[in-house]
Amino acid sequence: MTSWRQPSVLPGFGLTFGFTVFFLSGIVLLPLASLILMATSMHWREFLAVILDPRAIGSYRLSFGASLLAATINLIFGFIIAWTLVRYEFPGRKIIDALIDMPFALPTAVSGIALTTVFAQNGWIGRYLEPLGIKVAYTWIGVTVALTLIGMPFVVRSVQPALAEVQRDLEDAAETLGAGRFYVFRRIILPTVLPALLTGFTLAFARAVGEYGSVIFISGNLPMKTEITPLLIVIHLEEFDYKGAAALGFVMLVISFVMLLTINLLQAWGRKRLVATGH
Amino acid sequence: MDAEPVSILAEIATRPGRDTLMGTLVRWAFITVSLVFLAALLFAPLATVIAMALAKGFGVYFGSFLDVDTRAAIRLTLTVALVVVPINIVFGLAAAWAIAKFEFRGKSFLITLIDLPLAVSPVISGMIYVLLFGLQGWFGRWLQDHDINIIFALPGIFLATLFVTFPYVARELIPLMQQLGNDEEEAAITLGAGGWLTFFRVTLPKVRWGLLYGIILCNARAMGEFGAVSVVSGHIRGLTNTMPLHIEILYNEYNFVGAFAVASLLMLLAIATLVVKTLVERTGYRRR
Repeated sequence: MTSWRQPSVLPGFGLTFGFTVFFLSGIVLLPLASLILMATSMHWREFLAVILDPRAIGSYRLSFGASLLAATINLIFGFIIAWTLVRYEFPGRKIIDALIDMPFALPTAVSGIALTTVFAQNGWIGRYLEPLGIKVAYTWIGVTVALTLIGMPFVVRSVQPALAEVQRDLEDAAETLGAGRFYVFRRIILPTVLPALLTGFTLAFARAVGEYGSVIFISGNLPMKTEITPLLIVIHLEEFDYKGAAALGFVMLVISFVMLLTINLLQAWGRKRLVATGH
Repeated sequence: MDAEPVSILAEIATRPGRDTLMGTLVRWAFITVSLVFLAALLFAPLATVIAMALAKGFGVYFGSFLDVDTRAAIRLTLTVALVVVPINIVFGLAAAWAIAKFEFRGKSFLITLIDLPLAVSPVISGMIYVLLFGLQGWFGRWLQDHDINIIFALPGIFLATLFVTFPYVARELIPLMQQLGNDEEEAAITLGAGGWLTFFRVTLPKVRWGLLYGIILCNARAMGEFGAVSVVSGHIRGLTNTMPLHIEILYNEYNFVGAFAVASLLMLLAIATLVVKTLVERTGYRRR
């Protein structure tokens, strides 16, 4: 027996482990490595010229700005929705709870064309915003709307179980001792759900930065203005500029890696806090 | 905490004294804000899909499915799911068996690597195969010399879809099998059952709901993927156009009824996915 694994009476380790590693390498690791290899094989000047090109910088500004704004909107409304679903009973609650996952299940092309239609000048919502001077479709606001939709379930689904964990007796005790509503929220509820809120925020942000399908229909795709980074990568690929695409892809990979690390740290922090408070 | 104080507190919580005017106002404010937010962002787009698809009546709606390219797109999407989902089932079961049944070093690192595709932008998921097999890619010249098409052909679509759906089955099964433990399998083996018999008669029945859960999520993503497939497909009508890509083409041609008719099929798929998911959760299966 090899020393890196504990002996077991169950058979099949070699077969399943070998297959898993082989398949993982072939489908995920080697292709990703090819991207890193192509990006790092560029001369650093060439690499910097691509990733610091004004058009690229404009796309980062939109991708990160809109993603950050969308995740923040979700932080607030996601909490309100999670709270409503966990704490209140009202007709249709179960159906709405099930529909929260819709943005996960709905193909992004469908949400893309549907959102564009709703928020276009003559759309169901767009026609009421137009007289107010608010243009949503084909502007950065539309990008933010699309990114809010696809990020929403992450925050709601992270916060729901955490909210269910909040000890109601603590809230009741605080209230009988004269604490106001807001004070109870700030001192009892918020500390319990904070790790979950931040995890949901980061997940929503990470998803939004890479999102493509639901954005390109509503964004209008004007260079420097409403062009997201993933679209700029596609444009490089369509011009057979693989190196340019790889350089931008490398930047995005590094960012998603940092996000992944942040999420893991946040989740570890949340678990530690739960243990510390004796749950 | 034992059951007694909880039930008393729950009872106190329902006493009318708690329903102050302020409490009721806050409650209705929360419910209203939630519903308005969801109505604008989620329900309105869903309703729009149906309204736009039926804008010119049922005749035109059903007529749009007679289009040759639309039919080819539907067929291709079903083919992609039929190829990709079974591969993911085999991989998910193998990965879960190796990871959940045995203790070895580097296990959590392996799990992180399996989850990696979820953290990657769909565009990058498609691009990595273009960098490998595209005309200017690492193997592009060789493939061209041997007349093998991967990019702008079916194999590229299968690969890109495989990449984005890679974690779905495995990440349902791994925590489930870890939680269920090895006792029954060890008993079966000790009593003389072979490995395959143990797997099919002991393990598989135990994890069936988790497996089904993973399969439907994997299937939904496989049929609905846009970004990754868009990069590798080449958008050749009738040949490499999946349903999501066909929606884009029809929409850009201002064929709104056609685009939303195809979209309505994918929306039905999403609703069916959520229904099955809810039913599986009702069996007591909980995601970990």
